[in-house]
Amino acid sequence: MTGPGAQAVSAAGGAIPPAVELIGLNKHFGPVHANRDVCISVPRGTVHGIVGENGAGKSTMMAMLYGFYKADSGRIRINGEDVHITSPSDAISRGIGMVHQHFMLVEPFTVLENVILGVEQGGMIQGSLNHARKELRRLGEEYGLEVDPDARIRDLPVGLQQRVEILKALYRGAETLILDEPTGVLTPQEADHLFRILDTLRSQGKTVILITHKLREIMAVTDNVSVMRRGTMVAHRPTAETSKEELAELMVGRKVLLRVEKGEAKPGECVVSLENVSYTDDMGRERLKDINLSICTGEILGIAGVSGNGQSELLEVLSGISPISRGRIMFKGEEIAAPGKQSNPQELRRAGIAHVAEDRHRMGMIMDFTAAENTILGYHRGKEINGPVLMDLKKVEGRCMEHMEKFDVRPPIPGLAASGFSGGNQQKIVLAREMEENPDLLLVGQPTRGVDIGAIEFIHKQLITMRDAGKAVLLVSVELDEIMSLADRILVMFDGRIIGEVAAKDATEQALGLMMAGCENPAAGKQECGGDE
Amino acid sequence: MDFLITILQLIDGTIRVSTPLILAALAGLCSERGGVIDIGLEGKMLGAAFVAATVAYMTGSAWLGLLAAIAASVALSLIHGFASITHHGNQVVSGMAINIIVAGLAPTIGNAIFHINGDTPPLPHAARFTAIDLPFAASLADVPVIGPVYSGVISGHSFTTYLAFALVPFVAWMLYKTRFGLRLRAVGENPEAVDTAGVSVQWLRYRAVMIAGVLCGIAGTSLSTSLGASFIRDMTAGKGYLALAAMIFGKWRPKTTLLACLIFAFTDTLQARLQGVELPVVGEIPVQFIIMLPYALTVFLLAGFVGKVVAPAADGEPYIKEH
Amino acid sequence: MAAPKKLPVWVNAGLIPLINLMAAFAISAVVILAVGENPIEAAGHILYGAFGFGEGIGYTLYYATNFIFTGLAVAMAFHCFLFNIGGEGQAYIGGLGIGLVCLYMGNLPFWAILPLAVMGGALFGGLWALIPAYLQAKRGSHIVITTIMFNFIASSVMTFLLVDWLKKPGSQLPETRHFAEAAFMPKVHEMLASVGLDVARSPLNLSFLIALLCCLGVWIFIWRTRWGYEIRASGKNPKAAVYGGISPSKAIILSMCISGALAGLVGLNELMGVQHRVVVNFTNGYGFVGIAIALMGRNHPLGIIFASLLMGALYQGGAELAFEMPTLTSDMIWTIQGFVILFTGALEHMFRPQLERIFIKSDSEGEVYE
Repeated sequence: MTGPGAQAVSAAGGAIPPAVELIGLNKHFGPVHANRDVCISVPRGTVHGIVGENGAGKSTMMAMLYGFYKADSGRIRINGEDVHITSPSDAISRGIGMVHQHFMLVEPFTVLENVILGVEQGGMIQGSLNHARKELRRLGEEYGLEVDPDARIRDLPVGLQQRVEILKALYRGAETLILDEPTGVLTPQEADHLFRILDTLRSQGKTVILITHKLREIMAVTDNVSVMRRGTMVAHRPTAETSKEELAELMVGRKVLLRVEKGEAKPGECVVSLENVSYTDDMGRERLKDINLSICTGEILGIAGVSGNGQSELLEVLSGISPISRGRIMFKGEEIAAPGKQSNPQELRRAGIAHVAEDRHRMGMIMDFTAAENTILGYHRGKEINGPVLMDLKKVEGRCMEHMEKFDVRPPIPGLAASGFSGGNQQKIVLAREMEENPDLLLVGQPTRGVDIGAIEFIHKQLITMRDAGKAVLLVSVELDEIMSLADRILVMFDGRIIGEVAAKDATEQALGLMMAGCENPAAGKQECGGDE
Repeated sequence: MDFLITILQLIDGTIRVSTPLILAALAGLCSERGGVIDIGLEGKMLGAAFVAATVAYMTGSAWLGLLAAIAASVALSLIHGFASITHHGNQVVSGMAINIIVAGLAPTIGNAIFHINGDTPPLPHAARFTAIDLPFAASLADVPVIGPVYSGVISGHSFTTYLAFALVPFVAWMLYKTRFGLRLRAVGENPEAVDTAGVSVQWLRYRAVMIAGVLCGIAGTSLSTSLGASFIRDMTAGKGYLALAAMIFGKWRPKTTLLACLIFAFTDTLQARLQGVELPVVGEIPVQFIIMLPYALTVFLLAGFVGKVVAPAADGEPYIKEH
Repeated sequence: MAAPKKLPVWVNAGLIPLINLMAAFAISAVVILAVGENPIEAAGHILYGAFGFGEGIGYTLYYATNFIFTGLAVAMAFHCFLFNIGGEGQAYIGGLGIGLVCLYMGNLPFWAILPLAVMGGALFGGLWALIPAYLQAKRGSHIVITTIMFNFIASSVMTFLLVDWLKKPGSQLPETRHFAEAAFMPKVHEMLASVGLDVARSPLNLSFLIALLCCLGVWIFIWRTRWGYEIRASGKNPKAAVYGGISPSKAIILSMCISGALAGLVGLNELMGVQHRVVVNFTNGYGFVGIAIALMGRNHPLGIIFASLLMGALYQGGAELAFEMPTLTSDMIWTIQGFVILFTGALEHMFRPQLERIFIKSDSEGEVYE
């Protein structure tokens, strides 16, 4: 590991002290050493990337800089000056702003109310609201960040919500802006727009720290990059002198395949089809609009789209969680859903529809249950594990053990609570549960979210194996790379509709991105898409 | 004319009876807008009622009773805060614990002091909050329409009643116009947003429960020194829970909550008047059914009319920093 | 996310509740001091009253019987993450079911009455819990508030029935006529006397064994059946339950009905065992005590048995205490209970960080998990 002195030569010249320096930071959470002697130096007026796998310690490090956590030991220097940051307000007053991965916005509040929260002047809010309105107009013009100050956050699309977060930081006088995985919720075009904003910020002398796991972004916008692995800083590089491959290897600690190897698909007959399916949620909003699609054996159908455009709902109506309001769903020649007719997810699992939920924390698992108990969720009424009254816990444990061996789950302890496993191992427990019952149709949402690279390779291989075994797979992911490398056909969803279909081999990120932004026919060119880009 | 007088009397009674409900419902509202569920309104009110009566009896001053009751009620709030804010405990359990502690503690102490089965002795007139005649009430009494309404319904309530009604717009103003209110609403919706904005979630929530304490203190005082003239064991009789129901029915907004409180108070006034009265068609309703009217109404309203209510998003969620 | 290191089981399930309980007792001692009595002396009276002589022990177990029923009831609902505060009303209405069986089928032999009475109590108690459960499941009405309202309503309904309908002819008291003797629950001292064992007379009766059987039943149901699995899944994560094809509404209704049914069995002990008629307010707060029992016993039947014994001792010892120290009435016992709920429930984690520091050695090598 290189010391902080090694890269103190700033891009803007040696005389200017770095905007941010972290020196020997340590942080424990109980027995876990989340950050170990972490050092980094970020020159002023640069975009600095930090890459690393999930759980490598990136967010912990930034949380310490932002005063959210207190470091156990180590120093923080801002503009060459030692500072003690013990709370976010300290950080804010030192000119540090942060755009969190999950936006820190109050949903029922307006943009203005969110912007002034915590920096109101005086006991009444009216004056601050007026002041903020003027400031927002100025900042909007200066950085290209226009947003309606009176809109309620919950009515804004995620791209604009993110803009509000950036405005919030600038309104507080941020000189250094930390962005934590900012592009996860954006279309490629929105991401490009964000990068242009970052460029503008840099040209105005601001410093940007960009945390991401997407190497493409690092290569595209950063000046320097630091790599973290397992709580330590493993390398610092000027971006111009490194490559994706080198960074990936540094992140994981070994050579990795960035592309999935798979053969040609041999699609057979269709097992499931949706005919004019619409779905309206509890609040009366139509989430799926007139969906028509079918999935055949031996193929992976990918659903691309910015999250929140109906993909989750599509999985839910297919798996029997939500009812449909129009149309019908046919599975192996039988109608499984129609208005007023909903199949129970358990019945569907018995019939051969398995479902790996998008969010294993909220839906796919019960974190307080043991691994063994999670192994039977949805299959818990199965005849094999139940007597007339009693459940055979030995058999449940046995099944869990089998899954653990086959999917290499560590540690292989069926009695351990699900929360005690890493993200990758949790996901393997879920995948094993859904794949091992030999379904005809596998619904998979975000299979590699919060999963380390080793497990990602494994999971991708498993999905391909499923396909090659003649199963139908529906893959929903916000990671375009994942969709493009795994799927055989790609549908793009926007605003509850299917806006286009492309064969995977013809798909380009550019075209998919435009469709994700609501443009039905990307070939027609940007101008006619009506987007605000 | 008799009918009109009955109506006016009912309204007058409704206003009087609604006092503790309004105050308690506002207390619950402030607490829950800040993200802390307060099942302990009942216990805080009961404790305040006891302390108010005891101190008023000993000192002869209703005002000292009020102050002491507020102090006691805030102390109970702080216990609730300690359990649910500092230690992330289950807020419903904590509130319930407070209700049970007070239900036992008040009569225990009362018994040790007064030896009359846990109640307090009747308060003399001077040690109570009694009716205040508004200016010109007497001279306007005979004017048609205005007279009965102004002198009969609006005038002649106690200080605590006027305070309760004045606090409704005050709480609304505080919530929607002040910095504190903005932060309070934010912390009930998304505490992380408040935390990352550099504002202490804990301190905000402590202030929210303390405000609830103050309001319950006044509510309890009104029970034992204004509506009643002594502390009687279990005298809250579920009013804390009715207040919570009113707050839910009022969708956590001050003015609609006031309306809900008035509905409950009206039922209560009505049941007091209906006892032993022969009604046309149905005849005399058994007293037990009349007594359960407010409780049945609560269930009915919660089940039928509220529909899908949207509580503050972080209501009842302890704030624990994730890593 | 780090894998949290776990405290040893005996610390988690034994030491922590014990420390919490001690804290509750310590605060209670302060209250006793404040009202001018000596807490150590008071504790002595309680201990002697509860365990000092045969009859006392019998009474302790008799009270514990009620608490096992109501504690199991609260725990059952807790497993579905529902806070059933309606045990009091469910026990009261359940008692009506038991009373009706005993009053109108009193000509049957005991072995026939007993199962009918169990069913009657369970059915009435369960149905009384069904309404709030249904409203929670289908209308989202807050179950804490509705169950409390149902306590008040139960009280009104029962007073009405006892005054206007079921009252013994010619009596002024709101109570029914006595049951036929065939409907008396056999007392333990009588049963033991018939096999030649001589124990002190007390109200302790066969329903104590029924309560213990219920503990076993609940344990099996919760952890060894698919229905228990579904209830726990819904309680822990309703979304995941739906994903697994479990209906949280059904789980809510099922767990609440079983909860109400368990509470409804209090009448076996109180009415068939002791009162031999239905009297007004025979539940006497036992339903509320169930909350403290469930929290203390960590919602586990075994823990509930221990907690019930402890609370039974407090009740019986408390009666002795009120006799010896008239300032300390049953209100004081109520207060102690409140503190027990506070410390074992809401403040259950208060001492955990200190204990974790003692029992979990920091992993200085610092392995980083994801």
